[in-house]
Amino acid sequence: MKLVKKLTLGLSLVASAFSLQAEETVKVGVLHSLSGTMAISETSLRDILLFTFDEINANGGVMGKMIEPVVVDGASDWPTFAEKAEQLLAQDKVSATFGCWTSVSRKFVLPVYEKYNSLLFYPVQYEGEEMSPNIFYTAEAVNQQAIPAVDYLLEEGYKKFYLIGTDYVYPQTTNLVLFEYLQSKGIPIENIGGGLRKDADGEVISAGKYTPFSHSDYQQIVAEIKAFAASGDACVINTVNGDSNVSLFKEIAASGLTADDCPIVSYSLSEDEFRSLPTKDLVGHLGCWTYFQSLDTPANKEFVANFQEWLKTAPAGVQKEGRVTCSPMVLSYNGVYLWKAAVEKAGTFEPEAVIAALKSGISFDGPGGTVTSQENHHMTKNVYIGETLEDGQFEILESFENVYGEPFLKGTFMK
Amino acid sequence: MNIFDNKIEFRGFLIGALVLVFLLPMLNALTSPDSFLHVSSFQLSLWGKYVTYAVLAMSLNILWGYTGLLCLCQSLFFALGAYAFGMYLVLHIGIDEVYNTPLPVFMDFQGYTELPWYWAPFEYGAFAVFAAMAIPGVVALIFGILVFRSRIKGVYFSIITQALTYALMLLFFKNNLELFGQSYILFGGNNGLNDFKEIFGADVDSASTQRWLFIGSVLLMLSVYLLVAWVLKTKFGKVQQAIRDSENRIRFSGYSTTSYKLLIFTVCAMIAGAAGALYVPQVGGINANEMTPAKSLDVVVWVAFGGRGTKFGPVLGAVVVSVLKSFFLRAAPDSWLIILGAIFIFTVLFMPNGLVGLPQQLKPWIDRLKSRKATTSPVS
Repeated sequence: MKLVKKLTLGLSLVASAFSLQAEETVKVGVLHSLSGTMAISETSLRDILLFTFDEINANGGVMGKMIEPVVVDGASDWPTFAEKAEQLLAQDKVSATFGCWTSVSRKFVLPVYEKYNSLLFYPVQYEGEEMSPNIFYTAEAVNQQAIPAVDYLLEEGYKKFYLIGTDYVYPQTTNLVLFEYLQSKGIPIENIGGGLRKDADGEVISAGKYTPFSHSDYQQIVAEIKAFAASGDACVINTVNGDSNVSLFKEIAASGLTADDCPIVSYSLSEDEFRSLPTKDLVGHLGCWTYFQSLDTPANKEFVANFQEWLKTAPAGVQKEGRVTCSPMVLSYNGVYLWKAAVEKAGTFEPEAVIAALKSGISFDGPGGTVTSQENHHMTKNVYIGETLEDGQFEILESFENVYGEPFLKGTFMK
Repeated sequence: MNIFDNKIEFRGFLIGALVLVFLLPMLNALTSPDSFLHVSSFQLSLWGKYVTYAVLAMSLNILWGYTGLLCLCQSLFFALGAYAFGMYLVLHIGIDEVYNTPLPVFMDFQGYTELPWYWAPFEYGAFAVFAAMAIPGVVALIFGILVFRSRIKGVYFSIITQALTYALMLLFFKNNLELFGQSYILFGGNNGLNDFKEIFGADVDSASTQRWLFIGSVLLMLSVYLLVAWVLKTKFGKVQQAIRDSENRIRFSGYSTTSYKLLIFTVCAMIAGAAGALYVPQVGGINANEMTPAKSLDVVVWVAFGGRGTKFGPVLGAVVVSVLKSFFLRAAPDSWLIILGAIFIFTVLFMPNGLVGLPQQLKPWIDRLKSRKATTSPVS
C-alpha cells in the first residue's frame, strides 16, 4: 500500500513538472519532407521556420511562451504526411502546424486538420480551388502569380501564349484559368498554344502541353514553340516543375530562341531552385512571385542578413553555405508571424479563436511588403515580376501592390 | 487435418486473433481517453494501416518465399485495389459547395461535366469491393499468361514486373488520356483520390468506422494466414515449393508449372488488392506514388527482414519496419532512407532467415555460451 502511495506521489510530481514545462512553451508542428524527392525543396522551409522560431523566442516568444517546434519528416510520401499530421495533433497537441509543399500532401492532411479542428499554414504557390476552414494559405493564389504575369506580358504587347507544364493539378488548373482569362482579354483560341483539350462532344475545355515529372526530352516541343513564336509576338507560360526545366531551357537555348524573341515566364522557379539548376540558359527569362531576395527595402535587407547570421549558428543538418531566400520561404516566415499576431489578438492558442482572429484581417510587415490575412483564408500581398540574372537572382521589373488573394477563379472570367 | 504445425503456433494464432479482433477495439471503444489502457483512434487506424501492409507482405511472401517468384509489382496490385475502392469513396463525397457539382472536383476543374462510363459502376459499394479484387486479378492474369507462357523466370521476371508497375504508374500520374482525338479523364493524376467523407453511409473518420476497418483488416490478415497454412499442408503447397526449389524437375515430372504459377500470381494479386481496399479509407487517400517501383521494393524489404518463406515472418517484418519508420521520421528526421538501407543490407548479410529465423540462428552461440559457463563454473 505504501508503495502504491509513493508511486502515485511520484507520478503526480512528474505530471506537475510536465505541466509546468508545458506552461512555458507552446508546441507547433513542422511538417515537411526532409527525405525523398521533395526534400531538396522542403528542407529550406524547415530551416526558415526554425530561424523564425528562434527569432521570435529571442524577442520574448508568443504571449510570454517560448515556441517549441516538433519537427517531423513527411518523407515525400503522402500517407506518411497524413499519419504524421495526425500524430502532431493527437499526441503532441500542437497549437498550429506549418508545412506541406505539394498539393497532394496538402490534400492528404486536409481531412486530418478538419477532423481535429486544428490549424495549418500552407506556404507554397498553388492552384487554388480550395478553402478549408482549418488551413490558411499564405501561398500565392493563381491571381497573385499567373494572372499578374499575363497582364504584364499583355501590356508589353505579346499576343500569343504557349502554355506548357508538368502534368499535375497545379499546371492543369492554372492553365485552365489562364485559358479563360486570355480569352476574356480578347486573345483568340488559335493564339493559345500547346494543344487544346476537347471533351466527348468536341468542345474545347482547356489548353496546354503537359509532360510527366522528370521528363527530359523537349526537342519536339521546343520545335513547336519555335514555329509558334515565328511571328515574333509570342511568349511561353511555363509551369514545368523541378529538374525538367534544365532540359527545357537547354533545348530552348540550343534552338536559338532568346528571351527577346520569346520570353518564358516560369512559375515554379525561385532563387532556391537556382541553387541546384544552371542559370545560364535562363538569363533574361521572367519569374513572378510575391517576394524576391533582390527586393530593395530595409525590411528585406534586415531579414536576409538575420537569416545569414542565424545560419552560422544553425543546428546540425542545416546546410550553411550558398543559401538564399525565396518566396515560399518568406511565405512560411510570414505565416509564423501572422499566427503570432493572431494568437495575441485572440489572447489564446486555441485554434478556433486564432482562425477567427485571422479571418478578421491581420497584417504583418514582412520582407516582401505588408501581408494581410483575409476572410477567405488567403492573403493580400504584393506581386513582383522579375527578370532572371546570371547569379540566380532576379531584377525586379514591375510590382503590383496589395493584390487580393482569390482562390476560386475557374469560370469567373467567362461570364 | 490440422493446418497448424504445432500447439505453440495454434495458441499464438488464437491469442493474436483474440487480442486484435476483440481486445484492442474494445480498449478503444470502452475505456475513457484518460485511462492508460486507452487505445486512441489514431493508434488504431495506424495499426490498421500496418495490418494491411502485413497482408501485402504475406501476398509477396506466397510468391517469393514459397514459389520463388520475386515479384516487384506487388504494390501495384495493392494500389489498384486501393484505387478501385477509392473511386467508390470519392464518388460519395457529396455535392461540392463552391462549384455545385456532384462530380469529383478534379473532373470539374478540368472541364468535364459528366461522369465517364468507366467511372459510373464505382458508385456502388459492392461493385467497388468486387473490383478491388477483380481488377488486380485480371491484370495479373493477363500479364501472367504472357510472362509465364514465355517461361520468363528469375531476375527477368523481377525486371519485367518492375517495368509493369512503372508503366502503370506513369499512366496513373496522368490527368487525361488522349486517344483518337478525345480526352479521357483518368484517376485524379498526381493528387489522386482523397478527402473522403462517407463509407457505406457512415462517416469515414468516425471512431466506430475506424474500428470496423481495423477489425476488417485483421480478419483479412487472419484468413490469409489460415489460407497459407492450409495450402502448405496440401499437395498443391508441396508442388508450389517444388517449383521454387527446382522448376525444371517438377515440369519434367509432368506438372504444368505455368498453370500453378499463374493461379498463385493471380490469387496473390487479389489478396494485395483486398488489402489495398482496406488501406485506402484508413489512410484517407491514394495516389500514383503508391505505384512507384520503390514501394514494391519496400515490401521486399519487409519480407526479407521478417523472414522469407515463413508464415509469420512477413507480418513481423511489415509491422516492425513500419513502426521503426514511424519512430525515426520523428526521432531522426531526414535519415529514414539511410536506416532502411542499413536494415536491408544487414538482413542480407547477417540474417538470411530474417527476424523469425533469428532464434534458430543464434542457438549455436547461446548453446556454446551455456556450455562454456557450465564447464568453467566448477573450476572457479
